[in-house]
Amino acid sequence: MAMEVTMMLMNAQSVDGTVRKQAEESLKHFQEQNLPSFLLSLSGELANEEKPVDSRKLGGLILKNALDAKEQHRKFELVQRWLALDSSVKAQIKSCLLQTLSSPVHDARSTASQVIAKVAGIELPHNQWPELVGALLSNIHQLPPHVKQATLETLGYLCEEVSPDVVDQDHVNKILTAVVQGMNSSEGNNDVRLAATRALYNALSFAQANFSNDMERDYIMRVVCESTLSSELKIRQAAFECLVSISSTYYDKLAPYIQDIFNITAKAVKEDEEPVALQAIEFWSSICDEEIDIIEEYGGEFSAESDIPCFYFIKQALPALVPLLLETLLKQEEDQDQDEGAWNLAMAGGTCLGLVARTVGDDIVPLVMPFIQENITKPDWRQREGATYAFGSILEGPSPDKLTSIVNVALNFMLSALMKDPNNHVKDTTAWTLGRIFEFLHGSTVDTPIITQANCQQIITVLLQSMKDAPNVAEKTCGALYFLAQGYEDVDSSSPLTPFFQDIVQALLTVTHREDAGESRLRTAAYETLNEVVRCSTDETALMVMQLAPIIMTELHQTLESQKLSSDEREKQNELQGLLCGCLQVMIQKLGGSEPTKYVFVQYVDQMMGLFLRVFACRSATVHEEAMLAIGALAYAIGADFVKYMPEFYKYLEMGLQNFEEYQVCAITVGVVGDICRALEDKVLPYCDGIMTHLLKDLSSNQLHRSVKPPIFSCFGDIALAIGENFEKYLMYAMPMLQSAAELSVHASGVDDEMAEYTNLLRNGILEAYSGIFQGFKNSPKTQLLMPFSPHILQFLDSLYMEKDMDDVVMKTAIGVLGDLADTLGGNAGSLIQQSVSSRDFLNECLSSDDHLIKESAEWAKSAISRAISV
Amino acid sequence: MAPPDLRRPFKRLPVSDQQKRRELALARQAQSRRDSQHHARCIASSVISLQNREDPQVEIEIEPEAESELSPTSASSLSSRDFDVLQASKLRGPEVRKWFARQLMLPEWMIDVPPRLNSDWYLLARPAGKRCFVVSSNGTTVSRLRNGSILHHFPSALPNGARTKDISGPAHSFSILDCIFHEPDQTYYVIDMLCWRGYSLYDCSAEFRFFWLNSKLAETGACDPPSLYHRYRFSSVPIYECDHIGLHEAYMGVSPYTKDGLLFYNKHAHYQTGNTPLALVWKDENCSLYILDTDNKGQVPAQQQVVLELHDDGKLTTSDDPPVVCGCLDTDFLQQSGLQSGSLLRFVIGEGGLRFVDGKLEMADIHYIGKVNRARAFADGYSKILFQYNARRSPLKIDDLVASISPCHNQEDGSPDVEMIDNDAKGRG
Repeated sequence: MAMEVTMMLMNAQSVDGTVRKQAEESLKHFQEQNLPSFLLSLSGELANEEKPVDSRKLGGLILKNALDAKEQHRKFELVQRWLALDSSVKAQIKSCLLQTLSSPVHDARSTASQVIAKVAGIELPHNQWPELVGALLSNIHQLPPHVKQATLETLGYLCEEVSPDVVDQDHVNKILTAVVQGMNSSEGNNDVRLAATRALYNALSFAQANFSNDMERDYIMRVVCESTLSSELKIRQAAFECLVSISSTYYDKLAPYIQDIFNITAKAVKEDEEPVALQAIEFWSSICDEEIDIIEEYGGEFSAESDIPCFYFIKQALPALVPLLLETLLKQEEDQDQDEGAWNLAMAGGTCLGLVARTVGDDIVPLVMPFIQENITKPDWRQREGATYAFGSILEGPSPDKLTSIVNVALNFMLSALMKDPNNHVKDTTAWTLGRIFEFLHGSTVDTPIITQANCQQIITVLLQSMKDAPNVAEKTCGALYFLAQGYEDVDSSSPLTPFFQDIVQALLTVTHREDAGESRLRTAAYETLNEVVRCSTDETALMVMQLAPIIMTELHQTLESQKLSSDEREKQNELQGLLCGCLQVMIQKLGGSEPTKYVFVQYVDQMMGLFLRVFACRSATVHEEAMLAIGALAYAIGADFVKYMPEFYKYLEMGLQNFEEYQVCAITVGVVGDICRALEDKVLPYCDGIMTHLLKDLSSNQLHRSVKPPIFSCFGDIALAIGENFEKYLMYAMPMLQSAAELSVHASGVDDEMAEYTNLLRNGILEAYSGIFQGFKNSPKTQLLMPFSPHILQFLDSLYMEKDMDDVVMKTAIGVLGDLADTLGGNAGSLIQQSVSSRDFLNECLSSDDHLIKESAEWAKSAISRAISV
Repeated sequence: MAPPDLRRPFKRLPVSDQQKRRELALARQAQSRRDSQHHARCIASSVISLQNREDPQVEIEIEPEAESELSPTSASSLSSRDFDVLQASKLRGPEVRKWFARQLMLPEWMIDVPPRLNSDWYLLARPAGKRCFVVSSNGTTVSRLRNGSILHHFPSALPNGARTKDISGPAHSFSILDCIFHEPDQTYYVIDMLCWRGYSLYDCSAEFRFFWLNSKLAETGACDPPSLYHRYRFSSVPIYECDHIGLHEAYMGVSPYTKDGLLFYNKHAHYQTGNTPLALVWKDENCSLYILDTDNKGQVPAQQQVVLELHDDGKLTTSDDPPVVCGCLDTDFLQQSGLQSGSLLRFVIGEGGLRFVDGKLEMADIHYIGKVNRARAFADGYSKILFQYNARRSPLKIDDLVASISPCHNQEDGSPDVEMIDNDAKGRG
C-alpha cells in the first residue's frame, strides 16, 4: 500500500491531466474505502524520510484538508469525524507528525507544523493531547536549529489555531518564554529568529496576563523593538508586524514605549526598505484607528468607568509625525492610479495622514498648509500631486469652521487644475479631492455653503467636462458628482441641480457608453452616480426621471439580445445587467414613491417585469441579486396588482430561496417574500405552501449563513399577517422552530459583541414572527389554536426580561408581542399574563422608557392587556 | 500565520452603491413591516366574552397604582372596547340593553366651568333627538338607542352599509358612529366616530376623531340626500373652538337642526365609554327646549325628580363611578315593598333639597315615588341631578361661560391641565 500511496500522490501532481485525474480518483476511493488507513498512510508518507519531498508535502496537505474546511458545516463534520476515529490510529498519526518536525527536509517540517496545529485545534478544546505543548517545548532545547525553527513555527500555528482559553497559563508562559528567547539577539540562527518573531505575532493574543506584568511586558517589548533593528529584512518586517498587532491589542499598555517606537518607526519610514517602512506607517494608522474608536465611543469625555483611556499618542506625536508622513507623499510611483493592486509608501502615508486628521481634527491644518502652499504649483508633478493629496486627506476631521475659508480659496484652483493640469495623477487626485470637499463640506448640515448659486454652474461644467478625461480621472469625477448630488438630498421641492439635471444625466449616460468604460470601474461609477442623482432629485425633475426609465430599459433589453457569449463576456453582461437593474430599482422607488408620478409610472411596469424575468432566465442555476431587489421595490410600488406576475416569477423566487451559496441573494429573496406578502395580502395564499417549505428548509440547513435566519423568522410573520388564519396549517412546523430558536437565543448572547448582536437580531426575528401570527389570527374563529403556544411565548418574554441584555429594538418588539397576545386571545390570555413572572415589570419598564418607539408599543400593549384582563 | 493584508482603501467611495441599495431596501422593508403591524394593531379586536363581563372577581393587576383607586366594578365598564357588535346584536333582553348602553360616551352635566376651557375644549350645538349608536357592516346599517333597542335597520352609504359594490375594504370590517337622530329632518347627526372601516378610533384623541370624521364621512356619500341604497341622510355637526366666536356661533348661530344644549369635548380625551367628565353638556332655555326634565306626560314636574339605584344594604346611589350615595331606604320599607337590589327607583326632591359640606353631597331630602320604566338602563348621574337642581335655583349662565374664557380670567388660572390627562389615562385602563 505504501508504494501505491506514493504513486498516487506523485501522479496527482502530474502535468498529464488524465494521469492526474485518475490519481485523484484513486485517492478519493481510498479515503472512502478506509478512512483510518488512508489517514495513517498519509501521515506515514509525510514522516518517511525515504519518500520524495513532493509526495510527502501533498500527503501532509491532504491530511490537513481532512481536518478543516472553510465552510462552517463541513468543518464541523470533519471535526466530528476526527474525534470519532480510533484513538490508537490518532496516536499513531500524531506521533508521525511530531517526528516529522525533526526532518531535515524543510517542506516536510513546515507541512507537519500546520497539520499539528489543525489537530491541536480540534483536540485541545476537548482536553485531548495534553502532552503536546510539553513535547513541543522539549524540542526547543534540542540542538539542531532546524528542529527549533520547525517547533517555533508549530507553536505559532498552534496559537493561531486554538483559542487562548484552552491553553493553561503555565503553558502560555512557557510558550512565550520559548518564543521570546528564540527572538533574542543571543539566538545566532536567523531562521530560528524569524520563526520565533512570526510565532510571537500569533502568540500575542495569549499574552494578556504577561502584558499586565510590567517586567514581562518590558522584556517582550524590548525584544520586539530590538528585532526591528535586525540585519535581516524579513525579521525587521515581522517585528514591525508584531508592533502593529500590539498597537491594537495592548493600546493601553503602550505609553512607556511610545517615544522609542516613534524613533524606530521614523527611522524605518525614512531609511528602510518598502515592506518594512509600510509596516512602520501601519503602526501609526493602527494607533489612529484605536484613538478614533475610543474618542467616538466616549464622545471625548473620559471618566473612571471608561474601559480604555485615550492617551492621545497621535496628538503628542503630531509635530514630528506629520512632516514624516508628508515626506512619504512625494514618493509616488508612476501609474499607481491605473494599478488596482498598487500599495506603496505614498499611498500608505497619505492614508495615515487622513486618519491622523480624523484623530486630532483642527490641529492638523496649520501643520499641513505650508506643505500644500509650497508644493501645489511646483513644476514637478509629484509635488503638485503630493500637495493635492495632502489637502484631500485632511478634509475629514477638522471642523468646517477651520476649513471653509481655505476650501473657498482652493476650490477655484482645484477646478482649474482638473481642467488644465498636464498630469493624469494630479487630475486624478484633484477630482478625488473635490469629491472629499463635497462629501464633508457640502450639504444641509454645513452652515456656510461651499457651493453657491454663483459657482454651481462652473463646478458642474468642469465636472461634466472631466468625465471625458482618462478613465481613472473620469471615475473620480463621477465620485465627486455623487457627493455633489448627495449634498442636496434634503432639499424640499427645488434643487439647485434642477437646471443641470438633463445635462448631468446625459453626460453620465455618455460615460457608460465609452469604449474604455470597463477600465478603472468607470462604468460602475457612472451608474452609481446616476442612481444618486435620481435619488436626490425633486418633483421638478420627475418628468425627466420618467423619461430616463425607458432609456435604461432599452439598455437592459440590449444586454439580453447578445447570444453565444464566452464566459468572460457573460460575466461582463451579468455585471452590466446588475448595474441596470440597480438603476431601475432606484427609479422604481423614486417614481413609485410619489403619488403624482406613480400613476404614470405604472405604464412601464409590465415591460420592466418582463425584462427582469428575462434577466433571471439568462442564468440557469442562480438568480440575479439586483433584479431581485428591483422586483421587491416593484411589488411594494404597485401593491395587489403584482399578483399577475406571480405565476411566472414564482420559480425564481423559489430559486432565490434555495441559494445557500450566495447567502446575500437568499437574504434578499426572503425580504422580497415579505414585500410580496404585503402587496398581495391573502392573494399570496396559493404560493405559501411552496414558500413555507423553502423557508423551513432554509432554517434547518446548516449550510445557510446564519445571518439569513432572523429575516426568515420575520418573514413567517409577514406571511401570517397576509394570509391570516390560513397560516393554521403551518403552525405545526413553524411554532416548534420558533420555540427552539427562542430557547437558544435566550442564553446565547454574552459571548462576544458579535454574538450578542446576532442574538438580538435572532430574537427580533422570532418576536416579529409571533407578532405577525397573533395579528394574523385576530378576529378569526381559530384563535384558540394559538393558546397552547402562549405559555411558552410568555416564558420567552420573561426570560428576555430577566436576561437584561435586550437591545432597544428587541425590547420594542417584545412588548408589542405581549400586547398582540392579549389583543388576539383576549380573556383567555388574561389569566396567563397575570400569572407570568415579569409581564407587569416588563410593561412598566417599557412604559417609562426614554425610547419613543418602546413607549408607544408599551402604551398599546397596556391597552390591549387591560382589555384582555377585564373581559 | 501571515498577518492580514495591510492595504487600506485608497481614494475610494466609503460605501458601495450596491450596499447602499441593499440597505435602503432593508430599511424600506422594515418600515413596511412596522406599518403593516401597526395597521393590524389598529384594527379593532373582536374578542368578546360577554359572559365574563360581569365577573366581579376580575382584578386589574397589570395596571399601574393610579388605577387602584377605582372600584373593582369599573373593570366592566372600562372594557367595552373589545366587542363584537355583530355578536352583541344577537343578545336579547336586559343584557343587550346594558351592553349597548355601555358603548356610548356619556357626558356629565356641566356644574362648574372646567379650567382652560378655551384652550383644551371643543364645543358643538347638540342636535335635539335620539342619541344612538350606528353600525354599518356586511351590507347593512343598524342604529340602536341607548337602551339597545333598534331604531332603524337600513341601507346607507356608510362603508359596507348597503349591499352595493364597495371596493374599499373587506366586507366584514365595520364602522361605528355616535349619532343623534333628528326627527324633523330625518337626519342622523354624527357627533363622534368610534370605528371607521375596521380602524379603531377609541384610542384617538377627540381632536383626531373629529378631524377623521370631517374628512372621511363626506367621502362616502353618506351626507348625500336619501336614495334607494341610502335611506337616511347623515350629517356632521359644526365643531367650534371654545373661544368667544365659537361659543357665540354654537349658542346663537343658526343651525339646520333644533338645538338641545351645548356639548363640550376635551380635545385630548380618548373615547371613553360610560360617564366621563371629559365631555360635558350644558343647557339653558335659549338653546334647549328641555332644560328641565319632564315626566312621561311631557310636563315639567313641580319638584325635581331623580332616578337612583337600590343596593343590598338599602343605599340609594347615582350611576357614577364610583357611585354617589344620595340616601338610604330602611329595612322595614324594603321588606314591605319587596324591592330588590339593582332596581331603579324614582324619587322626588323635597323641601329640604340637597345639602353640601365641603363641596360634597351630605344629605338629600328625597321621597320615594315608584319604580321606573323597564326600558331605563341607568340611574341618574350625580352631575345631572346637581345641574337640574341648580337649574331650578341658580343656574350656570351663558355669561358665566363667556366670562370664563375671557383673557383676564385665564391669567388667574394658569394651572396646567395635568390632572385632566391623568383622568383620561384612568378612564382608558
